[in-house]
Amino acid sequence: MNLSMLRPAAPAIAPVERSPGYWGEVFNRVCRDPIALAVAAVILALLALAVLGPWAVPGDPFTTSMFKRLKPIGTEGFPLGTDELGRDMLSRLMLGTRLSLFMGITPVVFAFFIGGAIGVVAGYFGGWLNSLIMRTVDVFYAFPSVLLAIAFSGALGAGVNNALISLTLVFVPQVARIAESVTTQVRNRDYIEAARASGAGAFTIIRSQVLGNVLGPIFVFTTGLISVSMILASGLSFLGLGVTPPEPEWGLMLNTLRTAIYTQPWVSALPGAMIFITSISFNVLADRLRAAMAVRS
Amino acid sequence: MTQRDIGGPAQPLLRVEKLLKHFPTKGGLGKRRVVRAVDGIDFVVRKGETLGVVGESGCGKSTTARLLMQLIQQDSGELVFDAMAVGGHQLPLREYRRQVQMVFQDSYSSLNPRLTMEQAVAFGPSVHGVSQREALQRARDLLGRVGLEPTRFAGRYAHELSGGQRQRVNIARALAVEPRLVILDEAVSALDKSVEAQVLNLLLDLKASLQLTYVFISHDLHVVRYLSDRIMVMYLGEIVEVGPTQALFSAAQHPYTQALLTSMPSMDPGNRTRVSPLSGDPPSPIDPPPGCRFHTRCPHAEAVCAQAAPQLTTTGDHHYAACLMVQPGAGHSQSPPAGLIYTGASA
Repeated sequence: MNLSMLRPAAPAIAPVERSPGYWGEVFNRVCRDPIALAVAAVILALLALAVLGPWAVPGDPFTTSMFKRLKPIGTEGFPLGTDELGRDMLSRLMLGTRLSLFMGITPVVFAFFIGGAIGVVAGYFGGWLNSLIMRTVDVFYAFPSVLLAIAFSGALGAGVNNALISLTLVFVPQVARIAESVTTQVRNRDYIEAARASGAGAFTIIRSQVLGNVLGPIFVFTTGLISVSMILASGLSFLGLGVTPPEPEWGLMLNTLRTAIYTQPWVSALPGAMIFITSISFNVLADRLRAAMAVRS
Repeated sequence: MTQRDIGGPAQPLLRVEKLLKHFPTKGGLGKRRVVRAVDGIDFVVRKGETLGVVGESGCGKSTTARLLMQLIQQDSGELVFDAMAVGGHQLPLREYRRQVQMVFQDSYSSLNPRLTMEQAVAFGPSVHGVSQREALQRARDLLGRVGLEPTRFAGRYAHELSGGQRQRVNIARALAVEPRLVILDEAVSALDKSVEAQVLNLLLDLKASLQLTYVFISHDLHVVRYLSDRIMVMYLGEIVEVGPTQALFSAAQHPYTQALLTSMPSMDPGNRTRVSPLSGDPPSPIDPPPGCRFHTRCPHAEAVCAQAAPQLTTTGDHHYAACLMVQPGAGHSQSPPAGLIYTGASA
């Protein structure tokens, strides 16, 4: 039986010529940008490593050995050497991708939704509600983000969950500010007036008229925050406020290896190099996205 | 479209009573001052007519439009739509906004850059409960009706269209909720002359076929004359003259209207304007002059004009002007004697 026979007869809507649309054009532009594609490939590889980590590691990242401590890069059986407890660096770096990316991305995702919602509401409604929300946000904004993250983490206590909460709290005001300023620009456009004139309520207008115009810039800004988040998360772990040993996480590894910097400088620098590569990839991706979205036709 | 006409043809479609909007000025020390953007105006829009609204920039035309659309809240005054108070239980604001729509001046910023033209037009109907499919179908019908081939334009975005095409989409969008009154706020002013003429003719066609009523706001007197049945002249937030187009153009009563008419560019090179009929800018609406607001620029001003504020006085069939020179017994050397009452039909 033909599927179409099951549907009630509806008047056919003729097909129309379609333009690729704004997001289609942005996608096309990114696809033609070799730098964006390169960093996207790096990020995809890291994400794959984060997912497949436990199955992909060549050795056991938790086995310690007093006799194989701080071996140099290229040692038999330990391609990237060993750490201060004789654990395989390659395995630990690979497995560490999971926690480090998780700590970098999760707070930013939460901040994107919470801060975005706060900012869009403040920007759209304006007036006293805007003042109330934004002045409250400004209080948090007044502190340097590192200090704020440490203060929250210290108050909540060590641990991954508390570190995530404190990082989210650090980023919410930043995202809210961007969201508020973009929304304030959009809400004074005539098409918002026209939508109000057609009788739509505030939340219908936000959903169908505002979000499409503000999500892009907010998204780009938050993508850029991922690198900051990773570095802050590493910093918290470094200070003993984030991930607890023996879990492998780049910031924590950097901390424990720092005493070996004079004996094995290259091995000690490896976690830092991973943090650097990852954060710069997210930064460059955010930058290229911004460039692709800025072009006005 | 059941029971569209409530009060019968003689009932004005929209009655505006003592409409007043003052904007507070920002900053400054001492007492707060206000911009008297619209300062207590009364007028009616009759069923099926086009009411032209003219005046210099800053005279309150656009504020009036936004008040009529209820995009901003008036400080005082009332709107009565077909004998129902706007915002009352008979006609809640949401229902009023289905009956009244607006076309804005800037065709680009009044279209959402992320929506296709059919989505933009279909938004209004879907807000009012029409199914998505039906709303899109209606959008395409309307795009065709305003002269844009749906298969070519329905899937396009605003930046791919010309100014004239975009304004056609805006007109379609306004018509999508089947309004009875359409407010056109400088809707053709940003278009070049040939496109403007096409859009004006489209507006005339649509008005006839859909039984629309227009409030047409413009600073271009030629265009207003072409489209309007009646014309209302505004100056510094007040109405200075209102009357049928023919009467207003042939026998303007208010010196300001006369000045506006003489400032119209003429097609006849032998008849071109040599001296500017008015000089300077209008006074600030923050501190309007006392008495008649026009007396600082009026060639016929006398001492009394700075003291007494003129009332809208009838000077002929449905023709009113707010000038002491036409107001009986007002004290101006040219005013008619007190007690003289024009006996023609009233508005």
